[in-house]
Amino acid sequence: MEVSPASDLQVRVGTTLSGENQPFSLDVEFAADSGFTMLFGASGSGKTTLLDCIAGLRTPNRGCITVGPMTLFDSDARVDVPPSRRGVGYLLQSLALFPHLNVQQNIRYGLADLSGAERDERAQQILDLFHIGHLAQRRPAELSGGERQRAALARTLVTQPRVLLLDEPLTALDALTKSQILDDLRVWNREHQVPILYVTHQREELFALGERVIAISSGRIVAQGSPHEVLQRPESESVAQLAGFENILAAGFVAAHREQGTMTCRIGNAPLTLEVPFTRIDQMRPLRIGIRAGDILVAMSHPEGLSARNIFPGTITSLQRRDVMMIARVNCGVDLEVHLTPGATESLQLKAGASVWLVVKTYSCQVMQGGKS
Amino acid sequence: MIVQALTLTLRLAVTVSLLLLVIGIPLAYWLAFSRQRWKFFVEAIVSLPIVLPPTVLGFYVLVAIGPLSPVGRWYQSITGHGLAFTFEGLVVGSVLYSLPFAVQPMETAFASVDRKLLDASALLGASAWRTFWRIILPLGLPGVLTGLVLSFAHTLGEFGVVLMIGGNIPGATRTISILIFDQVEALNYAAANRTALLLLAICFAVLATLYGLRGRTAWNVWGWK
Repeated sequence: MEVSPASDLQVRVGTTLSGENQPFSLDVEFAADSGFTMLFGASGSGKTTLLDCIAGLRTPNRGCITVGPMTLFDSDARVDVPPSRRGVGYLLQSLALFPHLNVQQNIRYGLADLSGAERDERAQQILDLFHIGHLAQRRPAELSGGERQRAALARTLVTQPRVLLLDEPLTALDALTKSQILDDLRVWNREHQVPILYVTHQREELFALGERVIAISSGRIVAQGSPHEVLQRPESESVAQLAGFENILAAGFVAAHREQGTMTCRIGNAPLTLEVPFTRIDQMRPLRIGIRAGDILVAMSHPEGLSARNIFPGTITSLQRRDVMMIARVNCGVDLEVHLTPGATESLQLKAGASVWLVVKTYSCQVMQGGKS
Repeated sequence: MIVQALTLTLRLAVTVSLLLLVIGIPLAYWLAFSRQRWKFFVEAIVSLPIVLPPTVLGFYVLVAIGPLSPVGRWYQSITGHGLAFTFEGLVVGSVLYSLPFAVQPMETAFASVDRKLLDASALLGASAWRTFWRIILPLGLPGVLTGLVLSFAHTLGEFGVVLMIGGNIPGATRTISILIFDQVEALNYAAANRTALLLLAICFAVLATLYGLRGRTAWNVWGWK
């Protein structure tokens, strides 16, 4: 079997979008080697637009897109290869399986150039690889969500694209189905070695898949690197917010309690320690611990009889209202951001300078360690 | 007499609806997907027969195909006879008159095919031609069927255009609706009633079949393989 040459994807794209609220511009430049590159950002950040530009469904105002030696788009040279001849596999978020064709016909659709025998062989291979041979005669309406996802992915891959674009392909699936499909995809790419751009807004997927993450916010690349690097980088506020961790704390390993399923970590230079979930880590290297501001409880006195392992005192340094949410900053050796409802703030009569107790469940602490894990 | 008129009417309706299938599908496709700025212009022209009185349309068609117009002369030079007051003339008038009834349901059906499916088709390497035959036409089939049946039924019942272009020549241009008009003018109400009832029954049967079929989805009706 012919192995496609390793081709890397180079993208430089600038275009103006007429968004729902106000127009904003997409302006990005990056390269992607074979393997997964995660495009991470909130909805409306321009991720799907970027994929549309690469696939040729949308023409950017300016820029240049190449795959290996082939130029797909170049505004200066006036090159704009139509989507049907780009050799880009693009799994749309809606999957877009043809409703009047069965799974096999859907998969054979992209193989019109091949002879009948070759087409059958290729279709059968991909049906087997994605474990959907028994569904070949079914229409999309007769498939479950996971089966539909497999069929759509198989239909995209069977054309042997030079680049694969996946727009939140597995968002709606349960964790088990998701990981099985991803395994199949990895098997496929071990042979084909193409760049895969994987759009997501779920940080769990970054950790599960990401070899490399590009974080996008309002049409700009705000950070790139390994998932841990991108999610921890404290200077990039937008990324931390995207990641859903308002609090990302530098920490050091103190002790593991395997039986109890926890580890004790020291937070920065403060006298504070946290009980966090037992995680496989390199004990000698620094850690980061992410805590979402909405996962922290506030109590006026030391609470008793709780399952939560982390209970520590602090002082409110500021209290601000943002929309329907109160944002408190609490100093407990380190600064923590805590989100409360205005109702809770009122009933506890919280104000700046008040002494409080903070309560954090062990499982609300996300342990992260940079580099390959 | 009634058999002759009925045969002629059905021949006219079948010819017109088949012609409109051939003209209507590409026209509807263009209207559904073109981004030309002057598309509205064509849309307005196609819809004109809905609002125009048939006599107006018939009058202009008659002038256009008459022996004094270039079209009429050209037709006469190749066939040896004029278009006006012939069956062919009726076909021309009826095609124009029923055009919106064929094109509009087709256009709506083509335009309502999910654009994502068209994107997916292109991304899988399909040309616009292949996308049309494999995706748009099969999924728009209910609309095509509706257009076909509506133009057939509409031609069955047309009167004004036929009267203006065709006159009242038995076997050539005397359709059922003209016959009814004749019979009423001759105060032969019993005969008019029979003829009218026949036309009513045919039109009802056609429309009932259409709406009965349309209740199901296209791919169930046609058992796509």
